[in-house]
Amino acid sequence: MAKKLIVSLSPHIHGRDSVQRNMYGVCVALIPALLTSLYFFGIGAAVVLLASVAACVFFEWAITRFILKSDRLTITDGSAVLTGLLLGFNLPSNLPVWIIIIGALVAIGVGKMTFGGLGCNPFNPALVGRVFLLVSFPVQMTTWPVPGQMGAYLDAETAATPLAVMKEAIKSGDASVLQKLPDAIDLLVGQTGGCLGEVSALALLIGLAYMLARRIVTWHIPVSILLTVFVLSGLLHLYNPVYASPVTVLLTGGLMLGACFMATDYVTSPMTPKGQVIYGVAIGFLTVVIRTFGAYPEGMSFAILIMNAFTPLINTYCKPKRFGEVVKK
Amino acid sequence: MKTFKIGGVHPSENKFSANAPIRKAGLPKQAVFSLYQHIGAPAKPVVAKGDVVKVGTVLAEADGFVSVPVHSSVSGKVNKIDAVVDASGYRRPAIFVDVEGDDWEESIDRTPDLVTLAQRPDLTAEEIVKRVKACGIVGMGGATFPCHVKLTPPKGTKAECVIINAVECEPYLTADHRLMLEKPDEILVGVTLIMKAVGVDKGYIGIENNKPDAIALLTEKAKAYPGIEVVPLRVKYPQGGEKQLIAAITGREVPAPPALPIHVGAVVQNVGTTFAIYEAVMKSKPLFERVITVTGKDVKTPSNFLARIGTPMAQLIEECGGLPEATGKVIGGGPMMGKALMNLDVPVCKGSSGLLLMTEKESRRGEPQPCIRCGKCVGACPMGLEPYLLATASALRKWDLAEEHDITSCIECGSCQYTCPSMRPMLDNIRMGKTTVMALVRARNAK
Amino acid sequence: MNVIWIAVIILGAVGLVSAIMLYAASKKFAVKEDERIGQVAEVLPQANCGGCGYPGCSGFAAACVKAADGGSLEGKLCPVGGQAVMEKVAGILGMAVAASEPKVAVVRCNGTCANRPRVVDYDGVRSCRVQLLSGTGETACAFGCLGGGDCVAACQFGALSINPETGLPEVDEERCTACGACVKTCPRRVIELRPKGPKNRRMVVLCVNRDKGAVANKVCKASCIGCGKCVKACAFEAITLNNNLAYIDPEKCKMCRKCEEACPKGAIHAVNFPPRKPKAEKPATAATGVPAETKEA
Repeated sequence: MAKKLIVSLSPHIHGRDSVQRNMYGVCVALIPALLTSLYFFGIGAAVVLLASVAACVFFEWAITRFILKSDRLTITDGSAVLTGLLLGFNLPSNLPVWIIIIGALVAIGVGKMTFGGLGCNPFNPALVGRVFLLVSFPVQMTTWPVPGQMGAYLDAETAATPLAVMKEAIKSGDASVLQKLPDAIDLLVGQTGGCLGEVSALALLIGLAYMLARRIVTWHIPVSILLTVFVLSGLLHLYNPVYASPVTVLLTGGLMLGACFMATDYVTSPMTPKGQVIYGVAIGFLTVVIRTFGAYPEGMSFAILIMNAFTPLINTYCKPKRFGEVVKK
Repeated sequence: MKTFKIGGVHPSENKFSANAPIRKAGLPKQAVFSLYQHIGAPAKPVVAKGDVVKVGTVLAEADGFVSVPVHSSVSGKVNKIDAVVDASGYRRPAIFVDVEGDDWEESIDRTPDLVTLAQRPDLTAEEIVKRVKACGIVGMGGATFPCHVKLTPPKGTKAECVIINAVECEPYLTADHRLMLEKPDEILVGVTLIMKAVGVDKGYIGIENNKPDAIALLTEKAKAYPGIEVVPLRVKYPQGGEKQLIAAITGREVPAPPALPIHVGAVVQNVGTTFAIYEAVMKSKPLFERVITVTGKDVKTPSNFLARIGTPMAQLIEECGGLPEATGKVIGGGPMMGKALMNLDVPVCKGSSGLLLMTEKESRRGEPQPCIRCGKCVGACPMGLEPYLLATASALRKWDLAEEHDITSCIECGSCQYTCPSMRPMLDNIRMGKTTVMALVRARNAK
Repeated sequence: MNVIWIAVIILGAVGLVSAIMLYAASKKFAVKEDERIGQVAEVLPQANCGGCGYPGCSGFAAACVKAADGGSLEGKLCPVGGQAVMEKVAGILGMAVAASEPKVAVVRCNGTCANRPRVVDYDGVRSCRVQLLSGTGETACAFGCLGGGDCVAACQFGALSINPETGLPEVDEERCTACGACVKTCPRRVIELRPKGPKNRRMVVLCVNRDKGAVANKVCKASCIGCGKCVKACAFEAITLNNNLAYIDPEKCKMCRKCEEACPKGAIHAVNFPPRKPKAEKPATAATGVPAETKEA
């Protein structure tokens, strides 16, 4: 025979799903949020996001090329771009570029590549970067520019975020402080201060809908987080009106961004639907606990990182139901 | 609409040959009969070089209970008994027959008339099983398990229903679909024979609803056969898996091995097998020809052939307009579970349901990337296993870990690898781990 | 003052109770281990390769002690440490050790890319066990090396590597400890442990094909076709022919190299012999060269 036949084991066809499709799919899902952040924060947002994405991609390339001495081109798989975008979304729009670069180095270098690159990192790299910055540069990381300043970057005016108001209300024990909060519609569309990605809950929800439609993520994690937060903060609100109403809690801060995009990260979340629900409920619980009783106004990133650490444990104990298995009672 | 609950995927169907009526393939110049056309002990040759055989003559007889005889599909002279690379990819002993004319054994009833069970009230269950074995019938969906073994429920078990597997969930293949459209009455009589053999009065025919014409035709015809019900099923791979089909139709799940379908009261037979059973019992015709789909994106005329067992695949390809230029891979069976052939001289065997010619571009696997732990394989596995874990355990030779996570339950359907975004060759490793673990378990049980 | 005394008393009491409990536990649950096991384990290489057939070095040490109590160390060999280590072990246990020949892994296949044409293009996981599931492998030979490198992965000593030119594994004889891990892992039983032989010289049939001559000949240029010429050529009855395959018994072989000349396919190899210069220059005098080799051996 002139030509050798190819032999391999079945299956001989593939579903054409790929890492790129999923990673860039998430990036596409972030576009509404990207546009709203550009709309509200203007140049500042553009500079922060560009710097973050560029730095993440550069560090991934440099580390693979010069430290791991690998010829594999991993930056094209889209994971570094996504980490950069998510990191940028977690930063205030008036953050100097040098801090962003440090954040990107920690996110990619420490959060991802030290563990072996894509698929091996136990913690969400973007969150590792963000938390590192939050702990190292608490002042810069917690002064939030007021939306609507198109041309401003480092010189942008800042104001207290809704989360800070909520914290203040709890500390003072005076429910009237909460009246300073913007109403739910503003929170949904995005007329409030905060980091880039958390301005508009609506834009994030559109992104989530897109990801669900393309089957990039399943509903388990986002829904279980949001539902838990809603129920718990609702109970607290009923107990004492000093705690903000559950709708406000859902729409403020990084909760939406975290629930839709950070907690659903493939690598660091559990594999089985049952495990994902446990993971989501625990994140929701921890977030409410940290927001209400902790020192920081925002608890989402800490909650996700803590649950990332539990993911292997959840994977070990939450087995899918085997076919034909008789459930023991 | 019914379907199974856990996992599953939706490969694109590509049933190019669905409208091509079954046509007879030409006689080969030389037919090759592997002695390993079924699971179990290989058949023992009873002919020698130079013997003259007819169509239907026994070439090799069954060696034990889990074994079936092999019949000649052609008339002519035995040329030699030698090893040949068959569809399994291994070199195995086979009987070579040089074809001369087309002379059939007289015992075979070649009339096209339908014979129903009512016309043969003398047939007992034992008689049916005996004839099925004597005619060398095996599961024709691809597993090639000797049919009479399934029709003989082990002691302590009781069959409650017969399920006919007419799902044909593999993409590209249309052999069963065409057979249902062209021989509906024969198939229905076949079902009554199986029901009689295992002593039940309920029979289901499971058909996926991408074959509405077959569903309509069989539902209409089945009205004349009490106890037989056609069950339309939602399209989902691997619905044709025995366990998935039982779950889809009866809602019962067969427990992990060593449990068999009979433990939930089901006897499953492929629709092609059902037709073969009809011919064997009513027409005394041994299994020496079968319907096989020859298809592929570049194939000129994708066709369904009624081909004699032992015909070289190359001949069928010729009859479809020749081997396309850019062929990279030739698969015996469907694209999800079929086996890539080593060469084109491989003969058609009892389990050959299709021949799929894939282009070079389609056949290459993508470059594997690191596992991103997305869990899509876990979601796709119809057995509720964790393929990513089993693949890693097998690759690292951690057999005890693989066994602990039920690697032996894997049905090798390929859904995990099909769905993996990182294109990891999961099933390669799992299959290797499964065979190793099963060997270890056997060795342990033997002690 | 009072507080300090209370603390001291409580801590002291807790300490005392714990000490008593620990002491009782150590007496009650004491595991008596023969101290010789530890001594033996100390002289073992601690590679834990399992080449001896026991789970790790401590398992082997325990087995040696048990065997010594039974009266003999026969059959116990640490393939890594070899004779030297076994003498030490015997010394500790006060036993004599049976002499055993040093061995080395031999890949009995010469189906290089040049000798054995690839008939299909395998596209899948590079592992012998996986390739075996897809059929006879990349070549038409149903017995020879698959080249998937399972042995390389199994070797803990880095003694095996796949030669990219031949596609076959090669044994680094310096590193090979004859632990037998490759022999166990090879799904086709191509690798065999053979005595290293005097001066590391040995005669080997580099083929495991048991097909009939015609088939074996067709699939590989360097295959044994079971013609039996070597059996006739051997004056010492060292070569046997089973299932169309010749096998040289290393115990009986006298290294005369006559079989090497007799083999029409070049399947018999003389390993580590000096090059035969006379033969290359003057083929007619080749016969006289042979006795000299025999003497040397």
